[in-house]
Amino acid sequence: MTTQILIAGFGGQGVLFAGKFLAYKGLMENKQLSWLPSYGPEMRGGTANCSVIISDEPVGSPIVSKPDVLIVMNLPSLDKYEKDVVPGGKIFVDSTLIERKVERTDVDVYYIPATQLAIDIGAPTLANMIMTGKVIKETGVVSYDEIEKTLEKIISARKANLKDINFKALETGYNS
Amino acid sequence: MSEKVLMKGNEAIAEAAIRAGCRHYFGYPITPQTELAAYMAKRMPKIGGCFLQAESEIAAINMVYGVAATGKRVMTSSSSPGVSLKQEGISYIAGSDLPALIVNVQRGGPGLGGIQPSQSDYFQATKGGGHGDYHLIVLTPASVQEMADLTGLAFELADKYRMPAMLLADGTMGQMMEPVELPETEPEFVDKPWALTGTGMKREHNIVNSLYLVPEELERTNLERFERYKLIEEKEARWESFMTEDADVCVVAFGIAARVSKNAVVEARKLGIKAGLIRPITVWPFPKKPIAEAAKTCKAFVSVELSMGQMIDDINLAIGCSRPVSLCSRVGGMIPSPEEVLESIKKAAGGNE
Amino acid sequence: MVVFERPKSLAKVPMHYCPGCTHGIIHRLVAQAIDELGIEGSAIGVAPVGCAVMAYNYFTCDMIEAAHGRAPAVATGLKRSDPSKIVFTYQGDGDLASIGMAETVHAATRNENITVIFVNNAIYGMTGGQMAPTSLPGQVTQTSPYGRDVSTAGYPIKVSEMLSALDGPEFIARVAVNNVKNVKNAQKIIKKAFENQVNNKGFSLVEVVSSCPTNWGKTPSDALKWVEENMIPYYPLGIYKDKSAQKEGE
Repeated sequence: MTTQILIAGFGGQGVLFAGKFLAYKGLMENKQLSWLPSYGPEMRGGTANCSVIISDEPVGSPIVSKPDVLIVMNLPSLDKYEKDVVPGGKIFVDSTLIERKVERTDVDVYYIPATQLAIDIGAPTLANMIMTGKVIKETGVVSYDEIEKTLEKIISARKANLKDINFKALETGYNS
Repeated sequence: MSEKVLMKGNEAIAEAAIRAGCRHYFGYPITPQTELAAYMAKRMPKIGGCFLQAESEIAAINMVYGVAATGKRVMTSSSSPGVSLKQEGISYIAGSDLPALIVNVQRGGPGLGGIQPSQSDYFQATKGGGHGDYHLIVLTPASVQEMADLTGLAFELADKYRMPAMLLADGTMGQMMEPVELPETEPEFVDKPWALTGTGMKREHNIVNSLYLVPEELERTNLERFERYKLIEEKEARWESFMTEDADVCVVAFGIAARVSKNAVVEARKLGIKAGLIRPITVWPFPKKPIAEAAKTCKAFVSVELSMGQMIDDINLAIGCSRPVSLCSRVGGMIPSPEEVLESIKKAAGGNE
Repeated sequence: MVVFERPKSLAKVPMHYCPGCTHGIIHRLVAQAIDELGIEGSAIGVAPVGCAVMAYNYFTCDMIEAAHGRAPAVATGLKRSDPSKIVFTYQGDGDLASIGMAETVHAATRNENITVIFVNNAIYGMTGGQMAPTSLPGQVTQTSPYGRDVSTAGYPIKVSEMLSALDGPEFIARVAVNNVKNVKNAQKIIKKAFENQVNNKGFSLVEVVSSCPTNWGKTPSDALKWVEENMIPYYPLGIYKDKSAQKEGE
């Protein structure tokens, strides 16, 4: 099985980090995968997106143009990518920041007030991880087991104090 | 077997270079290869190596020339506009028969161009690039694993044949992360009696030089160099064949274009079109043999490139224009989608029936 | 008793320089410094593009030929590869002060531990006498046939003055080789520039005011007179920067 994931939002929302987390989790489960960010000036405050492919087979093109899973954290991203999702795919929407509903009727849609939930748990910058928790639960693209180990792997020792709050955000999303 | 780690392509090159025994890196900042320099800046001081941010790409390549002359493994990296600046130095390195590694993480051009991926430096990389008759060994990675593996190979081949090698990547390969297994084996170094190590008062002085004012002498050095190139063309061409045995349509693509093309070939097969892919891993030497071989059985070729059509010339030369070769390309930082490649395959399959 | 002999570091080959050219003297001074310091076995020289392009044949130590202006970058690579080697460049005014200015300034500001011999004869000799960055105001050359017009061609670059304004370099001095007294002083200063490197002190540059009878259109002796009367007044001799001496004096 191959899952093509596209994560999009504003620069600074942790779009790339969310993708990196999924990629690492995939790696620890011995899956084949690729992670490809958009790069350049747009990373700073403009739109940012990243393609993550997690598969049981070697990954072909690392560019996700027809996502099975779309995670959007701002309205421009929903406007831009809604049409690209494969029929039967899943769209995850941060409903705190995106007021409109998904127009497509041939996909599963999950509205998560991620930014609000992040504020509620005292981690206003971690809406990305709340979205990620929900994605893991609804797609099973990676397992929720040993999620803390993955956090240990990608959060540098210098920022070790951020591990617990990231875990909390993932958990909040997973249980939302 | 070593543990797989998740790394960006640019970082994989840097780590692989260090593991290949490279302790000298010179560069100048340019997107999209900055992670490579940053990695070197972090690591080199800790392992007794040298990282130096030069005042220009021109200075950087000449520092590379200096270290290469002492026989040590050395590299620089840049992206297209910066690699243009390095051409003078690359010509001198080639003309002095020195091994060195130049990494080009290509971006769109010409001029300042853009910062998104491209393959439009193909001519520059494979046909010489600077002044004079010379070649580089040009390797084209198509995965983060190959970014690492081909870095080690590039150093080996450069040493073996006493010539500069180039890793011709692109912005996608540089920026993407994939699991990679880094080499654990100790690098093997060859003897370099020509190196500038000081005479130690024990031998005649060594001279590293590309100046020959006597035309007969300069001709001789060129002829000798091209004898070596002939050998390399015979022995060092590398490629991957994918579903080519019974292919009617043979796609040729390298790097990111090959990754996209593979998806298209798989889709084409699902539609009953016998498509296959030859992926050059070296573009100089160009894998002429497998392509000429494919021409015996297939009906048409499709060259998939992130350029206005550069490698397509080498395909036509390899097959002696015996089959139609069409071009599927996007430029300026755009990448053809698998669907676009599939369309080209369909056209090539239909148009020749 | 031998009172005068060829330095061992100077190869026994005929040089291609024009009659009356001072490159021969400067080569000798460099070779003598290498001999006296006993560094021939660890020295690596970088030849420029210009009249001294074939200097790699004239010194018996390991030599490399650099692209035009790039000698300080090449020297940086050599030195960084093995800091125990004694690395020097030998460059002319076009090479060092025009096309290679960036490499010169940056090697200086890094205080790269190399020795730079900068031969300033105010002209491009190898290509047949064009205006150099150091050609004097009013100087007639092939490309300033009416004399260097500073309103369009700008002013000569005073390299030693300019580089000594940097915090980086260890030692900057200007000498001349137009008479015995000046040659003897040049010998001392060039040796010091190598000694500094041996003692890991850093970037040491010696600007040698030199002559070019052929392209100046003068006899060798008139050329030396022209150095005295025109070059030295514009390019005053002396030590412009000596960080170690400064420290001792403080």
